[in-house]
Amino acid sequence: MTEANAGGTVRTVAEPLQSIGRDRSFGRGTWSSVGEVASHRQLLWRLITREIQAKYKNSSLGIVWSLMRPLAQLLIYYVAIGQVLGAARSIPDFAIFVFTGLTAWTLYSEIITSGTNSVVNNGGLVKKVYLPREIFPLAAVGAALFNFAVQLAILIVATLVLGRPPLTLDILYLPLSVILILVFATALALVLSALNVYLRDVQHLVEILLLVLFWASPIVYSTGLVHKAIGGTIWEQIYLANPVTLAVLGMQKALWVAGSSDKAQFWPDSLWLNMLTAIAVCLVLLWIGQRVFSRLQANFAQEL
Amino acid sequence: MINIGVQPLVRAESVSKKFVIHKDKSLKDRILYWRSRSKSRTEFLALDDISFDIALGETVGLIGHNGSGKSTLLKVIGGIVEASDGVVYRRGRVAALLELGAGFHPDLSGRDNVYLNAAILGMSTAQTDAVFDEIVDFSGIGEFIDSQVKFYSSGMYVRLAFAVAVHSDPDLLLVDEVLAVGDEPFQLKCMNKIRQFQKEGRTIVLVSHSAEQVADVCTRAIVLDGGRVVHDGDVGTGIRILRDGYERDRVEHEAATDHHAGAVEILGVTVESVGGHALPAGPLRRGSDIALIVHAEVRRPVGWISGFSLLTPLGQAIYRLNTEGLGIDLPTRPGRYDIRFELPAVNFGVKRLVVTAGATQTDGTPLALLDPASFLDFDDDPLGAGVVQFDARGRVESVQTA
Repeated sequence: MTEANAGGTVRTVAEPLQSIGRDRSFGRGTWSSVGEVASHRQLLWRLITREIQAKYKNSSLGIVWSLMRPLAQLLIYYVAIGQVLGAARSIPDFAIFVFTGLTAWTLYSEIITSGTNSVVNNGGLVKKVYLPREIFPLAAVGAALFNFAVQLAILIVATLVLGRPPLTLDILYLPLSVILILVFATALALVLSALNVYLRDVQHLVEILLLVLFWASPIVYSTGLVHKAIGGTIWEQIYLANPVTLAVLGMQKALWVAGSSDKAQFWPDSLWLNMLTAIAVCLVLLWIGQRVFSRLQANFAQEL
Repeated sequence: MINIGVQPLVRAESVSKKFVIHKDKSLKDRILYWRSRSKSRTEFLALDDISFDIALGETVGLIGHNGSGKSTLLKVIGGIVEASDGVVYRRGRVAALLELGAGFHPDLSGRDNVYLNAAILGMSTAQTDAVFDEIVDFSGIGEFIDSQVKFYSSGMYVRLAFAVAVHSDPDLLLVDEVLAVGDEPFQLKCMNKIRQFQKEGRTIVLVSHSAEQVADVCTRAIVLDGGRVVHDGDVGTGIRILRDGYERDRVEHEAATDHHAGAVEILGVTVESVGGHALPAGPLRRGSDIALIVHAEVRRPVGWISGFSLLTPLGQAIYRLNTEGLGIDLPTRPGRYDIRFELPAVNFGVKRLVVTAGATQTDGTPLALLDPASFLDFDDDPLGAGVVQFDARGRVESVQTA
């Protein structure tokens, strides 16, 4: 409360009248939305910490649980595919290889799943207060990024323990991969979260699609296998055009030293150039995604 | 408080809101019934061409029947729902109390939730720090501030949420029905806070079903009916219009479903002196003897009761009398009748009373209602205040002196 009001003086509001609601024009609309989210960054930060805190609030192991899932996955793929099916024989340091891919994939799939549900899950807020609604998918991105950081830390510790620290110039692929996943997944999460408000089928569809798409990236098998099967065809180009595949490859290039220095492994040509192109394309997707979101968010409060 | 020539705080220009009601929600339904999709959607106009200005420092009560669009209008002002047509202009900082505790996360502590909720209302961490103790103090949560919100009683929940909202320093406070929750001391606290806000020159828009509450704090009433503004201005008139609407709807509804509809009609009410003379012009003095004559016509034979009510301009009934209470049996044969009620030595303290007269069947089913039928003006009470007045006296007696 400001001092001037305590004395009973008439309150004045310096701001001029402004129309409320979103600007529907393309360029200006995005800019004002970005500004709105930026002015709510403290709230965004609180929502992210809320997601992380609330998730593990009443469990005694707390944050450790966020590691259990990828570790269990690692174990399954290492034993079942690596040892039983014999994939580990052609892939050196198979555990690192799988965990690198899983870390990238977990970031992607977590942003998509929790992002898709974010607006619906925060329905109570959407219906009762006005906030730039982009903040909910963005909070999901933030929470996923936190889990990613924990996993990445473990992965790096593992490479140190195994004596293959990622101390080559290839480490530069790591930020490139993370940015690519973030931009691509955020664009999808924005659109999917808005669509999910109108059609709840979206969240179930997304879960299944993610299950299928997991196998469309070289996470538990090597790219060399794909190259052997469809090398030189249009199919390989499509396979390599998948931003997630590019990001996974980038992560492996950066952190899986045993593979990136191994001449027997297949690496696509000019990977970094492809990744930069993908980032540029995904940035356009992100912008379109925000416009779609902005258009759809007008009716959120009544559809929830 | 209204400064002429100063920009309003809120301006609505021909705002309309159209809701589309989908009967099918799933993807399967939409694809299966793609051809007939226009049939599965019904349009509903919740707000219809609404325009108004709200000036700085006004306290506006939005009233109306259930489904008249008042909550939707509040949400449009708050920016939570976008208008389908028209523009809403607004300035200053807004706090919307559409539902107390929106944004509380049950698994987090009260403290974390205060910061979260304050951030939702647009406060920075530093600003929240500054008023945190005041918030806890106002809410009366005390040491429970550090336990998880899910263990709170519903009263504690509400108190904490209200405390955060009123400490967020809003220029415009939007309140929707939330004052109805919470116990009486808390409601009193809320009303006091709202009055303090008024004194500080903040603007408040209040949606309420409680006419008393609106009459108590509001300086202006907007009455909505079917998404249109039917009254904008004086609070008393607004409440009367609303109450009339309720009564008319009830009588129309019940009369329409009864085969005795139209059997009796109330033609009018005359007020005169007990002796049968016309009353003197001007307000009635305390202690006057008056007679109210209800003129009624029976068109078809029916057993009926007739009577009248005296209401304050805000619609609060302060006296009722009917023939059943007096033990009079009314003739059931068609014809015109004058029913005379005599009230000796009236001492009402309300300056103007509204007289309504009606007839019902012997089981209470309404037959006819005339509202307003007449008015009674009384002299102001020079001594006390209230719905009745007396020739009051007083003196002081010494019990003990030093």
